[in-house]
Amino acid sequence: MSLTGSIPLLDDQLPPAPPLVRLENVHMQFGPQPVLRAIDLDIRRGETTVIIGESGCGKTVMLKLMIGLLRPTQGRVFFDEQNLADLNERALTQQRLRFGYVFQGAALFDSLTVFDNIAFPLREHTRKSAQAIEESVLQLLAEVGLAPSLLTKKPAELSGGQRKRVGLARALILGPEIMLYDEPTTGLDPIMTDVINDLILQVPKRHPVTNVVVTHDMKTVMKVAERIVMFMPLSRVQPHEPQIIFDGTPTELAICSEPRVQQFVRGEARMSVP
Amino acid sequence: MSTAVSTPTPGPMRQLLNAARTMFIAWGELADFILRSMGWLFFKRPSRGTLLPICFQVGVLSVPVVGITGLFIGMVLAVQSYAEFVRIPPLKDWLGVAINGSVIRELGPVLAATMLAGRVGSAIAAELGTMRVTEQIDALTCLGVNPLHYLVVPRFLACVLLIPLLTVLADFMGIMGGALISTQLYGMEPYRYWSLSQDKLGMWDIMTGLIKSVFFGASIALISCFRGFHSKPGAEGVGKAATESFVHSFIAILALDFFLSMFFNSIYRQLWPE
Repeated sequence: MSLTGSIPLLDDQLPPAPPLVRLENVHMQFGPQPVLRAIDLDIRRGETTVIIGESGCGKTVMLKLMIGLLRPTQGRVFFDEQNLADLNERALTQQRLRFGYVFQGAALFDSLTVFDNIAFPLREHTRKSAQAIEESVLQLLAEVGLAPSLLTKKPAELSGGQRKRVGLARALILGPEIMLYDEPTTGLDPIMTDVINDLILQVPKRHPVTNVVVTHDMKTVMKVAERIVMFMPLSRVQPHEPQIIFDGTPTELAICSEPRVQQFVRGEARMSVP
Repeated sequence: MSTAVSTPTPGPMRQLLNAARTMFIAWGELADFILRSMGWLFFKRPSRGTLLPICFQVGVLSVPVVGITGLFIGMVLAVQSYAEFVRIPPLKDWLGVAINGSVIRELGPVLAATMLAGRVGSAIAAELGTMRVTEQIDALTCLGVNPLHYLVVPRFLACVLLIPLLTVLADFMGIMGGALISTQLYGMEPYRYWSLSQDKLGMWDIMTGLIKSVFFGASIALISCFRGFHSKPGAEGVGKAATESFVHSFIAILALDFFLSMFFNSIYRQLWPE
């Protein structure tokens, strides 16, 4: 019997795990309007990456490219080392089930109750009994801090924060490997913003998950980010300048000397010239 | 003094070409939408829980409006026809044939389809348009559910399966309305009113009307779903989608009615030459 296969490798000898999502030279254009240009970005496993940037810089487009809702005009998007463009509709659907997507407006189904919204993915993709589905829904509802009395309500009867939390519960119910948050705190009061930020932080502790958060709320950035990527709108970069003007940790963001980064971080109307 | 930069207006030929190109693309998109929806129709049946509520909305809730309009159109037809037929006494016996034939062959199917396009088609376009702009259709895709299968197929089936029943109702109410006015208001003898109808109208007339209604139902469902899926953002976009779905459905109903009438007449002449 050979022993070579059983020799344990030290952690620092292990090759780095490949990124969960990789964008290679991605260009995106809507009609005559270019939005993304030559984007190269890796989303590393288990990390919370926050994508920031001005409105209209292509942050949401980036999330939709990652989950295959949009196809890049040029370039390739890999998920778990599979090029999404190579997958047929069925295979792409299987890959999408490994994602959880929290939409900006929650995107809850208007015609369904809160219970039916959260249970929807289980009913569509599993053969769980009604009782097992109910248990899963109640458990997730408790995790996102909502009362069971809300289960019979329709989305129109919920507050903004409640809708976001129901959307989060629905996204988590199939146990995704990666969570995509599109502006999770937009339109919420400061307390509810902090509640949602706490939930984003708690999710990886309960479920092993990679987080990608798109936001322009700096409180959210500083609270949840392990890595920050900042985009600029194409209208504000030079023709040969990369669209990603910052990629680093929150500490590195604080000391970044790039004026456009600091203008965004401080939320100033005018760029301060050093 | 501000200097206005004017963009050159394209010439009439260029405008014509652009309009033709836009129309060509729109037809291509509609054809692609129909083919993919029909693919799902044969690939996977919708669940009963999805189909039945839509059947209720399309069928049961349309009964009052189709019944009432059918009744009144029969009554109006009697009022207008009697005034003409009464001038030539031998023609008076043909009043029942004229009213019942018009209702069964044309007015019943077209009226039921028009009511369906107005009541159900616009609602479908508005509902799906709202789902598009609030990202609910994207949410379905992210949750691994094909929106064409989940949203279009049940609506298509409900319209196609239930419009013949609504047509039968419109036919019945129209015939009753015509008979009521002719016999009760104008004092025609009921035997003379009905006997010629029995001789001159047959199963062919009823069946061609019902077959036409199936085509009307299919066109209403597909046009309305297509308009909803391609709704522009905002209240204006959704409103426009609802309006356009009715207008386009109505044009499709009348065009189909013309071509199907020609087709059935030619078949009739082949089967039963004079």
